[in-house]
Amino acid sequence: MKKIEAIIRPGALRAALDNLEKAGYPGVTVTEVSGHGKQKGITESYRGQTVQGLLPKLVLSVVVPDSKVKKTCDSIIQAARTGEIGDGKIFISPVNGTIRIRTGETGDKAL
Amino acid sequence: MTPRWLSRPNLSRQLLLAGSLSLFGAAEARAQAAVPVFNSGDTAWVLASAALVMLMTPGLGLFYGGMVRRKNVLGTILQSLIMVALIGVQWVVFGYSLAFSPGNEWFGGLSWAWLNHLTPFSDSAPTIPHAAFAVYQCMFAIITPALITGAFAERVRFRGFILFSLLWATVVYDPVAHWIWGGGYWSKLGAIDFAGGAVVHITAGFSALALALLLGNRRGYGVERMVPHNMTMVLIGTGLLWFGWFGFNAGSALAANGTAANAFIATNTAGSVAALVWCLLEAFHRGKASALGAASGAIAGLAAITPASGYVGVAEALVIGVVASVLCYGAILMKVKLGYDDSLDAFGVHGVGGLWGVLATGLLANPAYGGHSGWFYGNRSLFMVQAQMALATAAYSLVFTVLLFLLVDKTVGFRAEARDEDMGLDLSQHGEEGYGS
Repeated sequence: MKKIEAIIRPGALRAALDNLEKAGYPGVTVTEVSGHGKQKGITESYRGQTVQGLLPKLVLSVVVPDSKVKKTCDSIIQAARTGEIGDGKIFISPVNGTIRIRTGETGDKAL
Repeated sequence: MTPRWLSRPNLSRQLLLAGSLSLFGAAEARAQAAVPVFNSGDTAWVLASAALVMLMTPGLGLFYGGMVRRKNVLGTILQSLIMVALIGVQWVVFGYSLAFSPGNEWFGGLSWAWLNHLTPFSDSAPTIPHAAFAVYQCMFAIITPALITGAFAERVRFRGFILFSLLWATVVYDPVAHWIWGGGYWSKLGAIDFAGGAVVHITAGFSALALALLLGNRRGYGVERMVPHNMTMVLIGTGLLWFGWFGFNAGSALAANGTAANAFIATNTAGSVAALVWCLLEAFHRGKASALGAASGAIAGLAAITPASGYVGVAEALVIGVVASVLCYGAILMKVKLGYDDSLDAFGVHGVGGLWGVLATGLLANPAYGGHSGWFYGNRSLFMVQAQMALATAAYSLVFTVLLFLLVDKTVGFRAEARDEDMGLDLSQHGEEGYGS
């Protein structure tokens, strides 16, 4: 199992959720975050005090069986890519175990 | 356990004595006076203006509240709102008397404590009942100490703040109001302040500067990210302040007449042009006009026109607003450069704006509008007395704020403890969260 965490623009959420559902993965966790990449985001100014602005983004988290990682990532990328700076990143990390709380099922069956 | 500041026996006994004597004399005053003729239009306008000015205090709370960090939003709004309660009581018990009753040139007496024994009307407002004048003035006394809170945002103990504000209202505001509006020293010398450039903005603004320096910068100032947490709240506050300012300035005509209308126009004109100028300044200086800039400009213009509002026409109001915007914009840049933490620019906007306004009154008072002539209209003496009055007001405010700070700091404590400041005022001082889940 792998956890796929995709940092995407807020505007890409709807398309990404639709794509994930079509690909067979309707379950997802969405977190609101802020951050910036190498380009440093935008500078905010309040009465002469400037601060480095953090840009609002969303993190989509999905845990999928190893065999489905590429398909899941592709469906997210297809929804989130615009070609402009700020499209985001995907991080893939291993997951040691999964349990469905309602039934107690474990492993791939719990996904 | 009685706090040290209340345990002096003479003070509390004196207050009790004065209060109980005044309570029994009301009937006498009523029997003596013939029934005066009051103007219902004037009375209605002044009462309505009192309500408008009252609204400015919670408006100020929102204006300031949006500019602080989320963890301090309640504490900040409450500092303004509680002033309505605190000075609302102080004023009717003895504040009005201290400011407006006959006394000497420097402060009034206690003959009008509890608003008893009032003459049928105030000499300043012969066409309205005395009580209407008293309650209108109450709202000015309320908002003035609330303005100061901008200087020490996010870092004071609630009880120290309450004690300071009560003492400041009694020792700074009430006497200064007496000097300029209560028939005292400066009014006798011919200084004019239509709606409070000196009485409100200079006193609050310069006291704010003193406290910002004495209390020290916020923890993390210059390093941590300290930006407005809710700009929409700031703009709502701006709207309420602007609206209420019509009661503040036009209401100071104390009559529903042409002077009130002219003051209304001067007020709106100065505030408007100042907002525009600030936007232009920012657009050139930083590349973008901002909402906070437009709001700040408006407030700077409104503060500056306050002392001049009944004495000038449109042209003068435009000049006053433009210069106020430039001066206050510069004052804020200077603050950033010098590194002191007048957090919400109480001095930069109200102190500087008010000072300019009082001086501008001496420069630009237009005889066609209020019967006074400024230097531009051939009368240098008005400017000279305005300058002296402004200087005296600023100096007095600074000195007594330092003294009161020391008193409060040494007794109940003024600056919040580091841990409380980090946690935020809402949790540490009030046990509340501004935005629950």
